[in-house]
Amino acid sequence: MSTVSSHPPRTRRNVELVLLLLAVGIVVLAYVNVSLAVNNEVPAGLTTQVVGLLVLAVGFHLVLRFKASYADPVMLPIATLLNGLGLVMIHRLDLAAGRSIGEAQGTRQLMWSALSVVIAAGVLWFLRDHRVLRRYTFTAGAVAFVLLLLPLLPGIGRTVYGSRIWIGLGPFTFQPGEVAKIVLAVFFAGYLVQTRDALSLAGRKVLGFTFPRARDLGPILVAWILSLGILVFETDLGSSLLLFGLFVVMLYVATERISWIAIGLALFSVGAYVAYLLFGHVQQRVQFWLDPFSPDTLAVSDQLAKGLMGMAAGGLLGTGLGRGRPYLTPFAESDYIIPSFGEELGLVGLFAILMLYVLLVERGLRTALGVRDGFGKLLAAGLAFSVALQCFVVVGGVTRVIPLTGLTMPFLSAGGSSLLANWSLVALLLRISDQARRPVAEVRSGPNATNDAPTEVVAVR
Amino acid sequence: MSELTLTIIRLGLLALLWIFVFSVVGVLRGDIYGTRVVTRSSRQSRRAAERPQAAPAPAARNDRGGRSDRGRRSGGGNAPRSLLVTQGSLTGTALPLRESGTVIGRNPESALVLDDDFASGRHARIFVRDGAWYVEDLGSTNGTWLGNDRLTEPTPVQAGSTLRIGKTVIELRR
Repeated sequence: MSTVSSHPPRTRRNVELVLLLLAVGIVVLAYVNVSLAVNNEVPAGLTTQVVGLLVLAVGFHLVLRFKASYADPVMLPIATLLNGLGLVMIHRLDLAAGRSIGEAQGTRQLMWSALSVVIAAGVLWFLRDHRVLRRYTFTAGAVAFVLLLLPLLPGIGRTVYGSRIWIGLGPFTFQPGEVAKIVLAVFFAGYLVQTRDALSLAGRKVLGFTFPRARDLGPILVAWILSLGILVFETDLGSSLLLFGLFVVMLYVATERISWIAIGLALFSVGAYVAYLLFGHVQQRVQFWLDPFSPDTLAVSDQLAKGLMGMAAGGLLGTGLGRGRPYLTPFAESDYIIPSFGEELGLVGLFAILMLYVLLVERGLRTALGVRDGFGKLLAAGLAFSVALQCFVVVGGVTRVIPLTGLTMPFLSAGGSSLLANWSLVALLLRISDQARRPVAEVRSGPNATNDAPTEVVAVR
Repeated sequence: MSELTLTIIRLGLLALLWIFVFSVVGVLRGDIYGTRVVTRSSRQSRRAAERPQAAPAPAARNDRGGRSDRGRRSGGGNAPRSLLVTQGSLTGTALPLRESGTVIGRNPESALVLDDDFASGRHARIFVRDGAWYVEDLGSTNGTWLGNDRLTEPTPVQAGSTLRIGKTVIELRR
């Protein structure tokens, strides 16, 4: 016997504003710190830049006030702080490389940040109810499939540093895999909400695990083949791991069956081992991982070693922004931005950053617990988990927990597609959390609500 | 710019980062929403301590016999303010009475959700009419008993009245 008591939530928008201003303040302090340490002066045009940053952040905050007043109060400040810290670090590396404003990575990153924030605000503005997305389950599946295959098309696919995960249209390059992550989460959520009963109830019990029927294994096999395809043809271990991990976890969340995780891990291990035996670049990655300081490895790539050395040089409190030498590591502003922060902010600063990710993911999962519809639960859990898995893959890669893969750190790394995808992801989570926290009486249940949706025709086997 | 200033800024930045993290955690601590599920059987004593407003006289519970009896005698005819389950699986559960009416039954929407096979979904209701408190049977199968009488119509109650619903005994208190 138990009692259920409900706590009516408050909107907490003012708390969000205070946290947002604190986040902007930290970013400005970090920016000033870099400029003082490198150029010995307060940066020129500081006021303009601060005002620009404030307009973006507070603008998004106002959109939340008007369009999602019950949304989670801490996601926006965390995303703003992470994005701002990334900008500062990229700017710092620009200064070290002596790049002019025009060709600087920081300028591009700033433009992409502004664009991403505007697009995320647009998502919040136009998507009034996340359940609308459920209508586009299979469209989302098809779009994700196309996005994942785009880089393989001759003409627009680009091979950059061994991985064929870019598309280029004229001067613009884009990594469709980042956006595919969100679209796939929508597809998986919609699909699993429909089929989870079959996936979780049918099956036989062996050794304490309830194993699914053979014919229910179809979807997980398709996801597995797709992820292996990415690994083989696009040689992108990171995206492959992310995609498959996302699917397995969403299956687990939908069915509450540990056997899916066991099956997923087994399939992934087999696939990865076969890929290791067959493909040279996978073997190379594993060799870098196991033995980053051997002469063989250093002759090919000293990136991992330099990153480790950089973090070691940072120690506990770091060298201070602008005082370390993170620019020695190749890709210090994208894949290796975590070692850059480790060097200049030290273990203490790096852990603060990781805590921010933990809190962001926690809020996403809390949203999944709080929201009332199954689709929203699965979507929020999937999106939050994808951020967590991505962080694990990146940080694990640079700290030699797992072989290094080419994923970006959400919000921190230089890269427009990554920023765009992650801001949209946060916008979706905010939209779902608004539904989750809104008092029941106020939840809109118009014709859009899934409960009222007309009976759907499901394919009969 | 002197090294000292830079060091201060650098350490200040780290401190601010952690201040931000802790203020976020602080916000989350106060940001409880959704529903809370409490298992009654194992937590009776803790709930009593947690929710003093639910039981106006939590100290009285320890020596229930003595004090509440005295209260009943002195305050005969007083309006009840809360109910306390004294027998049955929910023993120890206290609940403030609402002027809008308190429904007792097995239905999860009831104010007091009984775990009692002899209770009906919507079993009984305690409500205010013209400033007086009444209890009313809502057409239950096994009936609501006030003292030794089965209720047939809304009956006035005072603090100290004892209701029996199935195996559950409920005492109204001031």
